Amino acid sequence: MNFKNFTEYLAWLYYQYLLITGIYVLEPWEKSIFNSILFSAIAMVIYTSYVFVPIHLCLTLQLSVMMQNYL
Amino acid sequence: SLLNSIGDVCNFVCKLHNFNRTGVASRQHRHESFEQAPIYVAVMTYLGFGIVTLFGYFRDFLRAVGLEKCHLARERDEQKDFVPLYQDFENFYTRNLYMRVRDNWNRPICSLPGPVFDLMERVSDDYNWTFRLTGRTLHNVINVGSYNYLGFAENNADFLKTVADKTRQYGVGVCSTRQEIGNLGIHEELEQLVAKFLGVESSMTFGMGFATNSMNIPAIVGKGCLILSDELNHTSLILGARLSGATIRVFKHNNMHSLEKMLSEAVCSGQPRTHRPWKKILIMVEGIYSMEGSVVRLPEIIALKKKYKAYLYLDEAHSIGAVGASGRGVTELFDVNPADVDVMMGTFTKSFGAAGGYIAGKKKLVDYLRSHSHSAVYASAMSPPVTEQIIRAMKCIMGKDGSTEGIRRVRQLAENTRYFRARLKEMGFIIYGNDDSPVVPILLYMPGKVVAFAREMLERRIGVVVVGFPATPITEARARFCLSAAHTRAMLDQVLHHLNEVGDALCLKFSRKKYSSWSDLSDETDFELGS
Repeated sequence: MNFKNFTEYLAWLYYQYLLITGIYVLEPWEKSIFNSILFSAIAMVIYTSYVFVPIHLCLTLQLSVMMQNYL
Repeated sequence: SLLNSIGDVCNFVCKLHNFNRTGVASRQHRHESFEQAPIYVAVMTYLGFGIVTLFGYFRDFLRAVGLEKCHLARERDEQKDFVPLYQDFENFYTRNLYMRVRDNWNRPICSLPGPVFDLMERVSDDYNWTFRLTGRTLHNVINVGSYNYLGFAENNADFLKTVADKTRQYGVGVCSTRQEIGNLGIHEELEQLVAKFLGVESSMTFGMGFATNSMNIPAIVGKGCLILSDELNHTSLILGARLSGATIRVFKHNNMHSLEKMLSEAVCSGQPRTHRPWKKILIMVEGIYSMEGSVVRLPEIIALKKKYKAYLYLDEAHSIGAVGASGRGVTELFDVNPADVDVMMGTFTKSFGAAGGYIAGKKKLVDYLRSHSHSAVYASAMSPPVTEQIIRAMKCIMGKDGSTEGIRRVRQLAENTRYFRARLKEMGFIIYGNDDSPVVPILLYMPGKVVAFAREMLERRIGVVVVGFPATPITEARARFCLSAAHTRAMLDQVLHHLNEVGDALCLKFSRKKYSSWSDLSDETDFELGS
């Protein structure tokens, strides 16, 4: 398939997402509800990982160093 | 270098496989494949259905609360406390899934269903609850959904001359049943012709194909008999079996081990509680299964039937006229004596361009059915123009009208079938069924893709039939192509070209096997045609 520009490729990816999740058959307002729920869920996941993952990694490293010293 | 050698080995194995498939095995190379899609496809199908079902519950809630108008039937307010009428899954499915996408079915056609046809354009303003016709006609849409296997759905005045004459002679309505005063001379002529066509002693015809099965099986079997029916049998066979009152056991589709186990267990143990021997054991199979495209294993079933002394009921609705070197059906395809099949049933709807069905076999059986079948005694007889259409189509196939048109059509259908199937496999679609069957199901799996496929193909002026959940298992939605002898190579190429594009745009090419290209296959000697 030839895509004239990047926008067309993104439109095709969005179309695939609609087909795979089955949203394609729903009415537009239902599509918006589902997209907003999914988008907010993904946004929350990204925010939580941004805030907590570095701290978790640091603590894990400290714990493993302590275990080394103990042994 | 290691990769190169692995590649060489793979090429060699592919060539060997190819050679065995087409060279050595000769007539027994029938290859049936039911490839499984990768596991992520099943996951995504369930995901799609799950999300749409959740939205279905949400919309039902809105309708119950009153925020949304309900377009379908519901109970009156006084009946709200009674047993609910519309709560079962079938009604839920119709309201919330089928209604959203039903513009892909029941499309109005305004020409004859030949290789190309005209559709009336139909739009909906309220998401498929109501439709309105715009008045425009879509001309010359390629028809790959009609059961027009030999192309007899035509309106050529020369071919239909005898039909017009008989209509003038007999009129259109018969106004009686066969038993009373509706037995016309033309019906007797048709029955003799059908018997000669199939190579059996005698036959009887009925006005409706579905009624042939559902009304005649109760006349042949009753309580105290056993019916062994294939998993994927048509509704008419299942209805006839249930109406008869016999015990029904289902064996796995085309699986001879399952059938043999059931037969031996039935012969050894007899009826459930009393252990008396069964009065009759009837094996019900179809020639070609229309949803899968698979062909019955006739020689093995006949061997089993002779060993266990059972009877065989063969429903050749889709295979009569469409398979076999001269269009005689699966008995010719497998080179089996027609007298070995006890009850041969078929319909005239598919390959003959008419309507109705027949039952053929020994003269004693058919004479018994003439007086004991519900369809013969109570149903109106077949209409004369329809009867004449079947007679002229059958004479054409047999070559009795003095031309080679019939045999040319049978060969053209076989050629179209092989070409279409080989090209589809080469493109990478998952196809079910036997290489010889003109029914080609392409698996689409996901509900969103099924709908998008039908709409895209209509945009490109190709009319396809897509089938979804109640008729097929929930994870195996498909598009079913019925090839015709009237399709030219150019039409098939156009369909294949558009299928290729739509397959890429919708990501439908799930097959993981490698097939050699069509040009390689056609270099092998054509031992089937003309031999």
